[in-house]
Amino acid sequence: MIHLQDIRKVFNAGKPNEFVAIQGVNLSIDSHGATALKGPSGSGKTTLLSLLGCMARPTSGRITLQEREITSLPERFLTAIRRETFGIIFQQFNLIKGITALENVMLPAYPTGAKHASLKKRAMALLDLMNIADKADAKVEWLSGGETQRTAIARALINNPAIIIADEPTAHLDTALSREFMEIMRQLKNEGKTIVIASHDPIAYASDVIDRVVEMRDGILVSHEDVT
Amino acid sequence: MGALEKQRHILDFTLSSLGRRKGKNIALIIVYTFVIFLLASVLFLTDSLKKEASQILQDTPEMTVQRLVAGRQDLIPVHYIEAIKQIKGVQSVTPRLWGYYYDARSGANYTLMVNAELNDHAGEIIIGTGVSMRNATSMPNHAVWKNDVLPFKTYDGSVVPLKVKGFLSSSSELVTSDLVLVSEADFRKIFPIAKDHATDLVLKVRNGKELATIAAKITQIHPDCRPILREDILRTYNAVFDWRGGVILMVLAGGFFAFIILAWDKATGLSAEEKREIGILKAIGWETSDILLMKFWEGAAVSLTAFFMGIFLAYLHIFLASSILFEPFLKGWSVLYPHFRLTPYVNGYQIAVLFFLTVIPYTVVTIVPSWRSATIDPDSVMRM
Repeated sequence: MIHLQDIRKVFNAGKPNEFVAIQGVNLSIDSHGATALKGPSGSGKTTLLSLLGCMARPTSGRITLQEREITSLPERFLTAIRRETFGIIFQQFNLIKGITALENVMLPAYPTGAKHASLKKRAMALLDLMNIADKADAKVEWLSGGETQRTAIARALINNPAIIIADEPTAHLDTALSREFMEIMRQLKNEGKTIVIASHDPIAYASDVIDRVVEMRDGILVSHEDVT
Repeated sequence: MGALEKQRHILDFTLSSLGRRKGKNIALIIVYTFVIFLLASVLFLTDSLKKEASQILQDTPEMTVQRLVAGRQDLIPVHYIEAIKQIKGVQSVTPRLWGYYYDARSGANYTLMVNAELNDHAGEIIIGTGVSMRNATSMPNHAVWKNDVLPFKTYDGSVVPLKVKGFLSSSSELVTSDLVLVSEADFRKIFPIAKDHATDLVLKVRNGKELATIAAKITQIHPDCRPILREDILRTYNAVFDWRGGVILMVLAGGFFAFIILAWDKATGLSAEEKREIGILKAIGWETSDILLMKFWEGAAVSLTAFFMGIFLAYLHIFLASSILFEPFLKGWSVLYPHFRLTPYVNGYQIAVLFFLTVIPYTVVTIVPSWRSATIDPDSVMRM
């Protein structure tokens, strides 16, 4: 589904603080499976995840998504791919404060121009799926850690993406909530979604939900193994 | 349909965004409204004064003829009328008697003018509202009532008591506030003007298009005369009101620039929270153009709210509260400041100019910094 070919990512190129985050990575991620990117802090997991999710472009190398080369696409097309293909769950969940959980869930679908009524219905169904329908009208800053996490997952699903990307999703959760998160990922995988999680938390990468673990260190892919 | 829904979604989100930063936006709207209020007040005031003056001047003579001696206006011999009457197109020529009278008791200058209707009522006067308020029979600043007697000092030092017969209507107060209408006999008692002289002559003509020709003929017959057309007076009034408005605007310019600095600072300085939000929106699939659209609506909502509130308050200020804030400034021009209520008159062109000078620049300055933030890579939000 996604192929990365000789990917290199350099920050501040040509400047004294030049930093090579990713170096010569070749990787293929298949559909309908769950992949974990593991490695210590600074190993390049997050950078690789943002390249996978069309949030950044590689300095060199090629990325193809469903046989389509996407590295050279203009920003507008990348944004459309990001919106339609990927659901992103951030480390801090990055919900927008001051508005309700329901509005947060609906936000990624606003640029699609979907009808408000059908959009609201879809968002409510997702909140219901996450068992937090009763919190739809609550402002996100009033939600508990678990409710915030579920709202972020619902937001990632609003455009019915094929691929779910999660960056250190369990970093700020206790053990119970971390396990609950992985259970939701299992459900999504069973529904046919492709899951890519970057994490250095064993609850995430060692979970039986994960089919494949890719290990990174110092921007280099050191190993990848199928665990199923 | 999809594009419309998209606009609606983005507008909805913008409005809830504004609500989230209440403090900043309310402060901005208050200052912005105040600036629009002051600018619109000046525009409304000067425009309405000009309009009022032109309406009142509609009833004034089409042409006034003065005599000049050594470059100054002098009394005009009444026999000049005969030759002017002979000019083709002249309907009537009437001598006028008027002058300025300084009343030491009230400290004000009045305009005394002879009114033919009072000629059979010697000893009686009709006064403007400014005179009635200012003058007093017994104590200063006490209004004058009908049948009160006001003393007028004559040129030889004696006193002529004149009884108040009535008052001039307050609708014409702009130009009649300081006016005292008297009979010819009383006027000539107060001022030493010989019977065969008048202050000036007023003409009525049959065809307005012939005014310039008639004026030229008058100067041919009487080279010491200066004909003044109603249009000339109107032009002078306009220049004076424009100049007054200009002076007020100059005074307000300081405040206006202070506002520009504040607006620039408030509108252009995106907080870390706002930058983070832009990053999130980009990461979840908003395009740069969607974010700019959102910021456009945000700027437009703040500036349009302030614009309409400012215009509305200025309208109340000028047309219902008698320009209470500008009164001290305008009062400096005359002791008898007319307390008139202006007829509401709003010039659409000037409102449009005010709109393009305030709303448009403000909306643009809110978009520029967002554009810078909106073009950053969405992955920056992954590192927050």
